[in-house]
Amino acid sequence: MYFFNELKEGLLIAFRAIRANKMRSVLTTLGIVIGIVSVTLMATAIEGVDRAFEKSASAFGSKVLYIQKYPWVGGDDWWKYRNRRDMKLEYVNLISQQATLVDAVAPSVTTLKDAKSGSRTMLGTFVTGTTYQYQEASGSTIQDGRFFSQEESDGGRPVCVIGANVAETLFPSIDPINQTIKVGGYPYRILAVLEKQGGLFGMFTADNRIFIPINSFMNQFGSHRDVLISARVRQGVDIEEAKEELRGVMRKLRHLSPFQEDDFNINEQEMLTQVFGTITAVIAGIGFFITGLSLFVGGIGIMNIMYVSVTERTKEIGIRKAIGARRRTILFQFLVEAALICLIGGIIGLVIAYPLSLIADQILPTAMPISVVVIAILVSLFVGVVSGFLPAYKASKLDPVDALRYE
Amino acid sequence: MDNNTVINLKQIKKIYDMGGAEEVQALRGVSLQIDKNEYVAIMGPSGSGKSTLMNIIGCLDTPTSGLYEFNGINVSQMNDNQLAKIRNKEIGFVFQTFNLLARSDALHNVELPLIYAGVPSIERKRLAREALEHVGLGDRIHHKPNELSGGQRQRVAVARALVNKPSILLADEPTGNLDSKTGDEIMLLFEELHHQGNTIILVTHEEYIAEHAHRIIRIRDGLIEADEMVKNRKLLTV
Repeated sequence: MYFFNELKEGLLIAFRAIRANKMRSVLTTLGIVIGIVSVTLMATAIEGVDRAFEKSASAFGSKVLYIQKYPWVGGDDWWKYRNRRDMKLEYVNLISQQATLVDAVAPSVTTLKDAKSGSRTMLGTFVTGTTYQYQEASGSTIQDGRFFSQEESDGGRPVCVIGANVAETLFPSIDPINQTIKVGGYPYRILAVLEKQGGLFGMFTADNRIFIPINSFMNQFGSHRDVLISARVRQGVDIEEAKEELRGVMRKLRHLSPFQEDDFNINEQEMLTQVFGTITAVIAGIGFFITGLSLFVGGIGIMNIMYVSVTERTKEIGIRKAIGARRRTILFQFLVEAALICLIGGIIGLVIAYPLSLIADQILPTAMPISVVVIAILVSLFVGVVSGFLPAYKASKLDPVDALRYE
Repeated sequence: MDNNTVINLKQIKKIYDMGGAEEVQALRGVSLQIDKNEYVAIMGPSGSGKSTLMNIIGCLDTPTSGLYEFNGINVSQMNDNQLAKIRNKEIGFVFQTFNLLARSDALHNVELPLIYAGVPSIERKRLAREALEHVGLGDRIHHKPNELSGGQRQRVAVARALVNKPSILLADEPTGNLDSKTGDEIMLLFEELHHQGNTIILVTHEEYIAEHAHRIIRIRDGLIEADEMVKNRKLLTV
């Protein structure tokens, strides 16, 4: 009850003081508003980059292993990986026969070709040759239609499955299913459109891809290629165990003696996620430091104005003390005032930042998370309390006799 | 000392350290007792230590040495918070310059000591309203100080001083900023309050004002020069 009374009185005084010095309050609050806007936008942007990456990374599937010459992450000498023997198409069948912990294995080879439909052209589209098992091995989802069958795949039929962006670009108004497109000059009938994946600037995603049977690919675009092999880990199997088994199988297929090191890498989504996590942490660290500075400057403004306020109201403090206000009551009163100014600034900042975050949403898949709203409010309260503390402490320490005499 | 003693000062000294070897002895050993329902005036020229004495009696300041018992409780060694509590509950201040909060209306000004005493809102409003009615301002409770005359402001201050039912009313030149007619009205109010059983300590340098009291204590150079009963009390009629 006592605390509640003090809080109510503190708020009342604070509101009166803010109203009595409108211009001053507006200018002081502005510092906090700018700080909160920049910090929340920063948080929103980072959230957006995170989400975009998550989407992109999910294109790889969390339970899919990728066997290839290059490691995704780290590695020292590119030439070392470049000079490794190519991954061969035969491995695919051998792996599915020998490895027990994976249940779908698919090869893929990729090149860039132009895709055409009528007068519309999509330049430099990723064309991937693969088998019927690809859909399972990669975990992609079909929006409409079906993936190619084993017969079509083995027979190298002229059929394809296209990504969502390809469909939008080449067939803006009609259903692409059963239409024919020309890929690198060869006609392919469309069997299906993949579900849109989105992701960071279309990186990694299947949205801009055209999938064709690998045999057609090899015939038309050349067969001496390095193959990427993706393998899905069986349900309920530990991914590390499956990785270890695959490594054994691969070493056998590559005829490596026990003393030779692996001449291939088994990659997984996790590796990207980790690296990306590190990158975003660094960006976030720097970003929050810089935007935090503006909030800090805002806090200094609050502190400054609170000192002025304490000096101006020395007499009032004296009166309050004479009639029984304790030190901590005075301290609390000025803290409430500083916190209130900052809180108002924080709320105004959020109101400004929200529409800006909607604009950011056009570039990055983001939305101001509710956690950011809560944190922004807490941070502005915190800034208020911290920067209000010294002036409030000064007020609370005033000697009542001196304060009463002050004119 | 008996149960009737409100204020008991023994050899109170107050020394201000002015830096270096310099020091000012504002009070050089003051002893006095004030009983319940006394009406005392403290007089003295400026620089006599009168203000320092008032500050110590009002628990705004602590003595350098000596004993101060308030209602039998030793307050000379109390800390800031304890003193604040005594000021809040036991002492009602009336100042020369009224010292009201300019942005608050009369009711809120009178409520203030009750807020610091932790009295709940409804009770607070009722007590504050009663106190204002008591000083004849029942129809002015929502006026701000700048909407009131000097005399009315001082009445608000008196209401604020009395709202917590303190043991003493400590008035520092209460008529100093008022014209003589309004001043007389305030003195008449004090007279009434005294009749109702309040203990009043009046600090003034005006003989005319001091003669309203029953007892005059004269201070000079930090010591009590005289402590005497008033023979020819001014009796006020309006």
